[in-house]
Amino acid sequence: MIRLLAACLMTLSMAWPAAAQSAGPLRIEITEGIIEPLPVAVPTFLSETPGAARIARSIERLLIADLVGTQLFREVPKDAHIQSIDTFDAPVRFPDWKAVNAQALVVGSVSLSGRDQVVVRFRLYDVFSEREFGASLQFAAPADNWRRIAHKVADTVYSRITGETGYFDSRVVFVSETGPKNRRRKRLAIMDYDGANTQFLTGDNNDIVLAPRFSPDGSWLLYTSYRTGSPRAHILNIDDARPRLLDASIGNMTFSPRFAPDGRTVVFSVEQGGNTDIWRMNVDGSNKQRLTLHPAIDTAPSFSPDGSRIVFESDRSGTQQIYIMSASGNLPRRISFGPGRYGTPVWSPNGDYIAFTKQNRGRFHIGVMRIDGSEERLLTASFLDEGPTWSPNGRVLMFARGTAGVNGGFSIYSVDISGRNLKRVPTPAGASDPAWSPLRN
Amino acid sequence: MNTTTKLIAIAAVSTLFACAPQPEAHLYDAEAAAEALPDFAEDTPAYLQSEIGDRVHFAVDQSTLSGEARSTLVAQARWMTTYPRFSAVIEGHADERGTREYNLALGARRASAVRDFLVSHGVADSRLETVTYGKERPVALCASESCYADNRRSVTVVNAGGAGPDVIGADTGGLETASFDVSG
Repeated sequence: MIRLLAACLMTLSMAWPAAAQSAGPLRIEITEGIIEPLPVAVPTFLSETPGAARIARSIERLLIADLVGTQLFREVPKDAHIQSIDTFDAPVRFPDWKAVNAQALVVGSVSLSGRDQVVVRFRLYDVFSEREFGASLQFAAPADNWRRIAHKVADTVYSRITGETGYFDSRVVFVSETGPKNRRRKRLAIMDYDGANTQFLTGDNNDIVLAPRFSPDGSWLLYTSYRTGSPRAHILNIDDARPRLLDASIGNMTFSPRFAPDGRTVVFSVEQGGNTDIWRMNVDGSNKQRLTLHPAIDTAPSFSPDGSRIVFESDRSGTQQIYIMSASGNLPRRISFGPGRYGTPVWSPNGDYIAFTKQNRGRFHIGVMRIDGSEERLLTASFLDEGPTWSPNGRVLMFARGTAGVNGGFSIYSVDISGRNLKRVPTPAGASDPAWSPLRN
Repeated sequence: MNTTTKLIAIAAVSTLFACAPQPEAHLYDAEAAAEALPDFAEDTPAYLQSEIGDRVHFAVDQSTLSGEARSTLVAQARWMTTYPRFSAVIEGHADERGTREYNLALGARRASAVRDFLVSHGVADSRLETVTYGKERPVALCASESCYADNRRSVTVVNAGGAGPDVIGADTGGLETASFDVSG
């Protein structure tokens, strides 16, 4: 696997939150609900070495696509720009940018160095305050990874202006689906968050693979595979892509595995004698502990970000509903009480929301609610929407949308937790069961 | 083939094809009669599949066995106890109108309900395995209740000589006979 050496040459870690707090007008408060996208001007990225122009243009375009794709930003068209930025250090004529209604200005330059390294420098300006917003930054990486550099620049711009971490330099693991519905072929695949760079992680065989989940460091996957003839939780390292049985010593079937925030503990469903309960254990199979002991179906567990609690679904009330219990299985408490059935709960990375799938009156919805079950909000509706996964910053959900009938198939969609910005994520074939990675290093 | 088994076969076939004429009509309808006659030797898995019926169906989000399902399973149990060299994998399936994990658990419940029924009717537990496919392997692809109903099923997949003979005492003749009652 390729690895990016993203060198952050100028340390900004402590610099930008302070800058953001004193930012004045250049600020998007996402929580208030954005109505008008913030206009950002991105002059053509400068090419500082021979042959860098093409990659400079690609990086600049992808940066703009990332920002505009959030619907929090819009681009000020280049043909409206008054000042032409010819050098990276050229003084910015702020009145020229105010005149075209730009609120943010991103100036970038790209150079190629030995052994196909690409180096990107950029500056973010607050036009109305007439000053640079945060320190200038430089990212370096092999030229093959130019997309990651663009995403990192976009993440930096996004986080400076919103005060939250970004999500562009991230990946999504999913199940690639081909063939007819009754003989569907399923393979684990991984792509960038925007659908680029798809790679397969498992072979094109008769195995059924389901519901992959990232480890907190983004390097391992838990998923369910029929490799052994029945559904069993498996683990796979993304670099060597070699599937390994997680543990086969309990239960007839095991599925819906997910990592705890510590990266060493897993929770999963165990089927025994027709009954499905939730267990936890260490990744190496030690320290097995049964968390639910109930004749109902208990499945789809997901840890709170601090590891202290687990949200899961159970039909112990008669229908699928969402419950929260302690990480050791104590005090299960139902939190979903609206009409319909609730499943596939996932705790948000910030700890504040539970995303879920809801079925009501023959329709499927993706929704979010507070962890006490209040403020339930349905974000989507269709024939079949299921299996939400959180963006690393907790602002966006991806999920699978299935269509009806003989030729029905799955695609991956994303939607903001505000309910806006619903869009299909491009995949080469059918795609389901997305799981969003943490931000990459 | 004894008379009782023939009756079972006819009953099972008529339940498989809901539009088929009543069993009485077979006596006078050559085509239907031919259809009711087994095309396979009784001691083959194909016989169970075609003549007894290898699957039973379930109501939405349920794993309880209907009267019709129980009739089919009584016949399956009879066949399994008659031919102890076969073992079977019971697949549990769900329709697509549910979430993936829940449907896996629901399919497991259905397969288990069938296994428990067969065991209670004399088939050794050691000859039966269960597996859930959730909503991963539908047989009917349309988006209407008739297709969903076809997909909410268990399928008894017989394989030759898998798990060896029954444990002596597990398949008691008495239990077999006592439970062998298609009228229920």
